[in-house]
Amino acid sequence: MSSGALLMMTVTEVVITAVTCYFFYKIVTIKPNPDSYFDNDEEER
Amino acid sequence: MSKTESAGWGSRVGLILAMAGNAVGLGNFLRFPVQAIQNGGGAFIIPYLVCFLLMGIPLLFVEWSVGRFGGKFGNHSTPFILDSMDKRKIWKYIGVFGIFTNLAVAAYYCYLESWTLSYVWHSVAGTFGGKSQGEVAGFFGEYVSLSSWEPIIFWILCLLLNTWILSKGLSGGVEKAAKIGMPLLLLFGAFLAYKAVTIQAGHHGAIHDGLKGLDFLWSPKFDTIWEPKVWLAAAGQIFFTLSIGMGSIQCYASYVKKNEDVALNAMSAGWMNAFVEVVLGSAILIPISVGYLGIDGLKDLISDGGGLGLGFKTLPYLFEQWGGVLGVVAGVAWFGLLFFAGVTSSLAMGTPVMGFLQDEFNWKEKNAAWAFGLAVFLLGLPTVLFFNEGVFDEYDYWAGTVSLVLFAFVEIILFSWIFGMNKGWAEINRGADIKVPTIFKFIIKYVTPLFLGWVFFSSIPGIMDTIHHKSSNEKIDFFNNPIAIKIKIDEQQKVLETKKDFNADYLRLNYSDDLIVKNKKLNVSTYLLIKKQRSLLKMVDNNTLRSKEIQKEQKTILYKNVSRLFLLVLWLVIAALVYKASINRKKLNKSI
Repeated sequence: MSSGALLMMTVTEVVITAVTCYFFYKIVTIKPNPDSYFDNDEEER
Repeated sequence: MSKTESAGWGSRVGLILAMAGNAVGLGNFLRFPVQAIQNGGGAFIIPYLVCFLLMGIPLLFVEWSVGRFGGKFGNHSTPFILDSMDKRKIWKYIGVFGIFTNLAVAAYYCYLESWTLSYVWHSVAGTFGGKSQGEVAGFFGEYVSLSSWEPIIFWILCLLLNTWILSKGLSGGVEKAAKIGMPLLLLFGAFLAYKAVTIQAGHHGAIHDGLKGLDFLWSPKFDTIWEPKVWLAAAGQIFFTLSIGMGSIQCYASYVKKNEDVALNAMSAGWMNAFVEVVLGSAILIPISVGYLGIDGLKDLISDGGGLGLGFKTLPYLFEQWGGVLGVVAGVAWFGLLFFAGVTSSLAMGTPVMGFLQDEFNWKEKNAAWAFGLAVFLLGLPTVLFFNEGVFDEYDYWAGTVSLVLFAFVEIILFSWIFGMNKGWAEINRGADIKVPTIFKFIIKYVTPLFLGWVFFSSIPGIMDTIHHKSSNEKIDFFNNPIAIKIKIDEQQKVLETKKDFNADYLRLNYSDDLIVKNKKLNVSTYLLIKKQRSLLKMVDNNTLRSKEIQKEQKTILYKNVSRLFLLVLWLVIAALVYKASINRKKLNKSI
């Protein structure tokens, strides 16, 4: 592979993989907000 | 009005996987890599990521928070979700697009999905074993020409599977399917990406290393980066890959509880889709194709049928080169991956339709699911029976392209300018598990609407061309005026001589050796003849064949016009149902 292609691919894939893992890690580790257990239904506007 | 109080997501991970599954579709693997190589290679990722940040992520924030906001009032489909944001009646009819698009796209998408199911079966059964590349491509042609009942059987099976999963409800059906489908998709994708990039020249008939394909795809051509068409392609790719403008994100989000996060959820699902598309999607189709066919061979096949053609006509043949069990496993992994990508998306298309029937007409979940299945069957029948007449493409264009952009454009205007950015910003941040950078308030109010407006208005010339059947009319003109091609070919259909100085008509070769014929005399722009269609050149000397070709195009125009009428009637029927629902609401004194 040319160095330009390798650099482009590596930087892009590392950044996207790292950001994806970061957000997914937060999803599985953040405890749910106790207030969030109210139903999301039937509120008068 | 709502009978869906008990419906909801079982877990946050399940919701994220379902949302990511909604976004991840066949386009992640078949469309993205082709777009990249046609628009600057590795440099394409720059406009792609800029569009993701300025258009994709803002629209995800908007659609998630709009959905959750509507859900507070017991609304789970866009007509009444949008209606809850502003008092004007027009919004519920704009929201019709959020049901129309899902139904119309599901109508052709489930057929596409059924091909993957059928090809999994044929990979296991060894149908492609011992066949030449041309025979494998021919198999696909016969398949979509309905030379047997098999495509219809697989299509019905696929519809029944979707309906059955939907009838099990959100957490019991859709979420479970996502929890099974998404991990398997990632597993199959990782396996194929590993096999693709480790292809070695000289092994199993490969002519290049798999890395040559990666090099071809990722080599940046920075000179293309300022071309508007590259930015339009990137914006289009971001748009369609994230399933924004469909109404399905709003529907899924309407089942999120009112103080639960949407900001982190939106980011997680959006980036997961980007991971599948960029990391896995770029590492399968192109490296395998270049490894066995070379760069020129790949270019030819892309001209012939794009990513879809490569995926169904070529890859089954290339997997056979790996031989025995590995070839079968690769075939199952590839079409299995496409199937899971497809089914998690088609399930998302069913949910808004079901939500509408349940909310407004008090239908039970199972009945609503079966009604969706029946509607998709009836609407999809023309795309199956008249695939070769262009009905499938016509549905895709109007429902799967134009409708999405139009709806998203109007939706973001509603959110940021009518509902109000301050209220909108509060919605995005309510219960947020991450701090959304304040810059997004500016982006959502100004940049994204301008960006979307640019995408939409730039598409208008193309829309006008499609309305007037430009492509078909050019073909007809071309065959009516064979004078446009003045060339000599030999028995092997090689071009021996071209006369560029022939009157006002000329022929030239472009970089991929396609033949572009321009008929200046008729002021017709271009008509493309790729290598494998050079027999068309002979056809112009044969009056019978020419008139057949003209009749074929005229027939295509007729079928396309009927399809448009069909889609228009569908939109009007949904609008009538929305009108009936609003009358019911008034009667029940529950109008919001």
